[in-house]
Amino acid sequence: MESFFTRFKNPLVLIAIVLLQVIALAMQVQRPAKEADALPGAGAMEGEGAAPDGRDVSLLRRWTVTAITPLEAAVAISSSRVRGVWDDYVNLRQARQQNAVLKDEVARLREEEASFAEDAAQGRRLQRLLAFREQYALANVAAQVIGTSGSERSHVLYLDKGSADGLKPDQPVITPDGVVGKIRDVFPHTSQLLLINDPSSGAGVILAATRIRAIVRGTAAGQVQIDDLTADSRIKVGEPVITSGGDLIFPRGLPVGTIQSIAPDPLHQPYTAITIRPAADLNRLEEVLVITATSATLPPAAAQDAAVAEATAEANQRAADLVAGKLPSLQPAAAAANGAGNGAAGTAVGANGGSVSGAGTAPAAPDDPESQIGGLPGIANSGLPKTKPALHPDRFSPGATPPAVEMTPGGPAQSPSSSQRQTSPGQQPDQQPQQP
Amino acid sequence: MAERSYTSREELDQYGFHPGVTVMAPVVCILLQAMLPKTLPWLLHLDLPLIATIFFAVSRRSPIAGTVTGTLIGLFQDGLTNHPFGVEGIAKGVVGYVAASLGFAVDIENVINRVALVFTLSLCQSGLLYLIAHWLLGQTSYQLLPVDEMISAVANSVVAIPVFYVLDRFRIRD
Repeated sequence: MESFFTRFKNPLVLIAIVLLQVIALAMQVQRPAKEADALPGAGAMEGEGAAPDGRDVSLLRRWTVTAITPLEAAVAISSSRVRGVWDDYVNLRQARQQNAVLKDEVARLREEEASFAEDAAQGRRLQRLLAFREQYALANVAAQVIGTSGSERSHVLYLDKGSADGLKPDQPVITPDGVVGKIRDVFPHTSQLLLINDPSSGAGVILAATRIRAIVRGTAAGQVQIDDLTADSRIKVGEPVITSGGDLIFPRGLPVGTIQSIAPDPLHQPYTAITIRPAADLNRLEEVLVITATSATLPPAAAQDAAVAEATAEANQRAADLVAGKLPSLQPAAAAANGAGNGAAGTAVGANGGSVSGAGTAPAAPDDPESQIGGLPGIANSGLPKTKPALHPDRFSPGATPPAVEMTPGGPAQSPSSSQRQTSPGQQPDQQPQQP
Repeated sequence: MAERSYTSREELDQYGFHPGVTVMAPVVCILLQAMLPKTLPWLLHLDLPLIATIFFAVSRRSPIAGTVTGTLIGLFQDGLTNHPFGVEGIAKGVVGYVAASLGFAVDIENVINRVALVFTLSLCQSGLLYLIAHWLLGQTSYQLLPVDEMISAVANSVVAIPVFYVLDRFRIRD
């Protein structure tokens, strides 16, 4: 027995270590699933990679991240300074090889140029972030990307902000270009950002043109795909995709990307694989915004704009009502005197006090005194235009149908009386409309 | 001549490392692996921790040491991903074991052998990760991408040459 263990010591150790990890894997996969069951609605569309870890696993991950992220943060913060020092060093070496006067001038200009370029690039980024913040004005936290997972299969980034800055799991992360992902795990001063192209990631979206709802998911190849739609000829390449808000994570209306390609999904027939080109460049993220709070009410700036728009619309409505109240042409007596049929259905008064001609009725000439009702006497265009009678009236023409009081339920169809029917000079009273 | 068996070669070519190097080299590899793709995304194809695992395994020529080293490096990598702990741990543990076992039979001082070893074990790790994702985690969406895996294997093989050269400087003959 002893010789067996001695002889197979190496493979036995390997088997033992692998077995331990397999058991650990099984426990990790089961525990988040149980916790997800206990919390209905949580992680409804995500895989286990997006689910929060169990308590022990979370602790282990926190230790790992705590060991690595301070170094990453330090390197990220000092990288710009090192870059500047390196530029200075390079410029100095170049300057030494040149003429003394020109050398100093060129070195200074290059230093300034490098510095200005960096400042300008940073300024543009911050300006866009600030403009975006004002545009949405939601409670958000700007964070810097300090590292990656280092794995091709795990599309995770690390941010330099954590729970101390108000970040929590499942908060959406965006850039001015569009959706980036969501916070997966939070540590005191760092957080884990799960990108939308990770296989365990998902988001509810709407195709902007066709208004079709779908779910985008990441793929193993790092793409963003919609795989729950069947073939639809209305869906075109280039159509924008925005968030639907249905996942209760991403606010509605954020750009996700545009449709890059549509192809049959050989693994999931009859569904199609619609590949999305993300609006944000997920491979080169520097600064991101974490939305820490969403509000059902409009933010102050947007509320102010909405109030101004509402006040303007209200003023317009009041003016329209005032004008409409002063118009004598809307009196029933005047309408009856000018022909109930033409006046009632042929002309209507718009909300702004203008006249709107009905369908099938020729508009009255504005300068024809005969075609006007109301207004000031002797002044053209001061009243509403009066419509002329139809040239070829039929039983659908206004006034051609007898009043309901003259009809008998179940009786034969009555032809309208000659006094109620308006006919053109050459038309017979009993003439029936042509069937199409 | 008959005494130049694997055992004697193991004793001849077995190396050790300073504890600081043993700890810091993998940590630096993991740190670089986590930081460099932020600036150069295509570097995600590389797997510097895998190269470190193979190097320490073949240098020590001890399957147990190779397994433990690979497992620890893999678990550390798992901590930075959104995967459960053990995915990379199992894969790199097995790779460490195989690398140490092959180290008995192959002259790892030869550059071509080193390249071939890293290339083969890189593909081996990809296969293991695929099996773990499919069989143990039930992730049916996990696909094996042959072209990507080949690119990764070639990239790892090329980068392994200078990395091995640097790490050779820290070897101590036992």
